Amino acid sequence: MILTATALARRELIKFWREKARVAGFAAAPLLFWIVVSAGFNDFARFYGGSIALALMFSAVFSNMTLIDDRKEGFLAGVLVTPAPRAGIVLGKVLGAAGLAWLQSLIFLFFLPVTGLKPDFFGVLAILGILALISLLFTLVGFLCAWRMPSTQAFHGVVNMLLMPMWMLSGSLFRYEEAHPWMQLAMLLNPMTYGISLLNGALGANAPFSTILSLTVLLGWTLALFTFALVWVEKSDHATA
Amino acid sequence: MLLAVENVTHRYGDLIALDSFTMHLNRREIVGLLGPNGSGKSTLLRLLSTITKPQSGRVEVCGFDTVKNAQAVRARIGVVFQTQTLDKLLTIEENLLACGAFHGLSGRTLIERVRQVMHQLGIADRRADLGKTLSGGLQRRAEIARALLHEPQMLILDEPTTGLDPVARDDFWKAIEELREKRSTAIVVSTHLFDEAERCDSLILLDKGVRVAEGSPESLKATIGGEVVEIKARNPPQALQSLQGQFTSSMRLVDGVIWVEAEHAHRMIPRLVEALPGEVLSIGYHQPDLSDVFRKLTTREAMAATA
Repeated sequence: MILTATALARRELIKFWREKARVAGFAAAPLLFWIVVSAGFNDFARFYGGSIALALMFSAVFSNMTLIDDRKEGFLAGVLVTPAPRAGIVLGKVLGAAGLAWLQSLIFLFFLPVTGLKPDFFGVLAILGILALISLLFTLVGFLCAWRMPSTQAFHGVVNMLLMPMWMLSGSLFRYEEAHPWMQLAMLLNPMTYGISLLNGALGANAPFSTILSLTVLLGWTLALFTFALVWVEKSDHATA
Repeated sequence: MLLAVENVTHRYGDLIALDSFTMHLNRREIVGLLGPNGSGKSTLLRLLSTITKPQSGRVEVCGFDTVKNAQAVRARIGVVFQTQTLDKLLTIEENLLACGAFHGLSGRTLIERVRQVMHQLGIADRRADLGKTLSGGLQRRAEIARALLHEPQMLILDEPTTGLDPVARDDFWKAIEELREKRSTAIVVSTHLFDEAERCDSLILLDKGVRVAEGSPESLKATIGGEVVEIKARNPPQALQSLQGQFTSSMRLVDGVIWVEAEHAHRMIPRLVEALPGEVLSIGYHQPDLSDVFRKLTTREAMAATA
C-alpha cells in the first residue's frame, strides 16, 4: 500500500512541476480578494484566515481534476489492472493532491506580517498543521466529486456550487456569534466552520469553538470521507472512460 | 487451466455484448479474438482483466475467479489497452518504475526489472523521453514493457495495434511473436484485422457476442472448399439460381456477390461466364483467406443459402 501511495504521490509532484502553468493557479484569486477587501475595510486581519482557507479549498478540490484526465487518458485503467491496493491508490492520489494544495496556500504566510496578527512559533506550527488537515479534507471532497465525473467542465460546475456556500457559511465573511440563529445552524453543519475557527484560533484571532471540538469534527469528516472513497473505489466497476 | 470463461452473458442496456459465451485456454500460445467492432471482443477482454465484473457466468484466470480473487488474477496478468496508459508527462523509465511499484516491486529488484524489460523491447535508449514525445510504435512497445514488468502468465492485448502504421504494426507483432518463442506467457489478443489474425496460433471468431468458429488459421481456411471464384452479376439472385441449376459446386451470395467454392475453381471460369450470357459484370478468383471464412460464417445471405 505504501509503495503504491508513494509512487502515485510522487507522480503528482513531478507532473505538477512539469506543468508549471498550474503552479500559480488557485492562490492568485483569493490573494487578490484578500488585498482588495482588507484595504477596503482597512482591516488586514479580519479576512486573512478566510482567504487562506479559500485558496486552500479551491486548490485542494481542483487538484483532483487530474483524476478525470487519468481516467480519460487510460492511466487509471492501467493502475486498476495491477494488484495495487485500492487504499494505496486513494491515499496516493489524495496525499499528492493535498500536498500540492498545502504548498500553494503557504504563499499567504508571506503576508502574515502585514496583518498585525502575531502568532508565536507554535502558533505558526499549528497553522501549518491545520492547513494540512483542511487540505486533506477538501482533497477528499474533490476526489469524491471527480471519481465518476464525466468531464472537467461538469466537475467545475458541481464543485463551484458546493464550495462557494461552504466557504461563505464558514465564518470567513461574518462571525458566528453575530449571525442569525438559522444561519448559525447552517454554519454548525458545515465542517469548514470548524476549520476557520481553528485557523483563527492559531492566528490569535477570534475562535468561536474549542480546539478539541473543531479538531474532532475535522478529523471525523476526513476519516468518514476517506472510508467512503475507499468503499466506492473498491466497488467501482467501470473505472475507465 | 490458464483461462476458463463459463457461460458469460453481458449486456449494456438492451445491447447484448456477450451471449452465453464459453472459452477455455490451456496452452501458452497466441490466441486471437477476431471480430468486427461491437462483436464483444473488448467486453470479453475487460472481463478477463478484472476491469469489468461478469453480470452472469464465471471467469477464471490461472485458476482464480476474477471477482472473488481479483487481486490474485491481477498479479498474474499483463494488460495492454487500445488506449495509452502511460503518463504523458513522465518519462518511459518513470512510468515503468511507478507501474512496478503498483505490482509491489521496489528497490534494486524494481530498477533491475525495469532495465530488463526496456532492453527486451528495445526502448532502453529512449528511457528518458517523455510519454508525449513518443511515436505510436514506441508507445506500444513501452505499453508491452509495462505489461511484462511483473512476468505475468497471461498477456491480454485489446486491439493493440490501433492507430499504428504498417511498419509499426509489423514491429509490434514481431515483439509478440518473440514472447511466444519463449513460451513463458499465454497471449490473448483481439483484432479486427485479418492479416493480424493470420499470425495467431489459434483463433476464436466472434460475431454479435457469439463464438461462430474456432481453430487454427489453417484449419479455419480449410473449411472453405478449395478456391473461390467471385462473380458480379446484373441480377445476382437470379444468376445464382441459374448457376445452381447447371453446376454441382457449393455456391452462395455474399454481400451481393456470387461465390463459387471448388477445388479447382479457376478452371470453371470460362464455363461460368458462358452459363450466364450477358449477365456477368466481372469475375475474379482468389485463394481462401480468413476474411472469406468470416464472411461465410456471418453474412445473412450465407445463412439463408445454407438453410
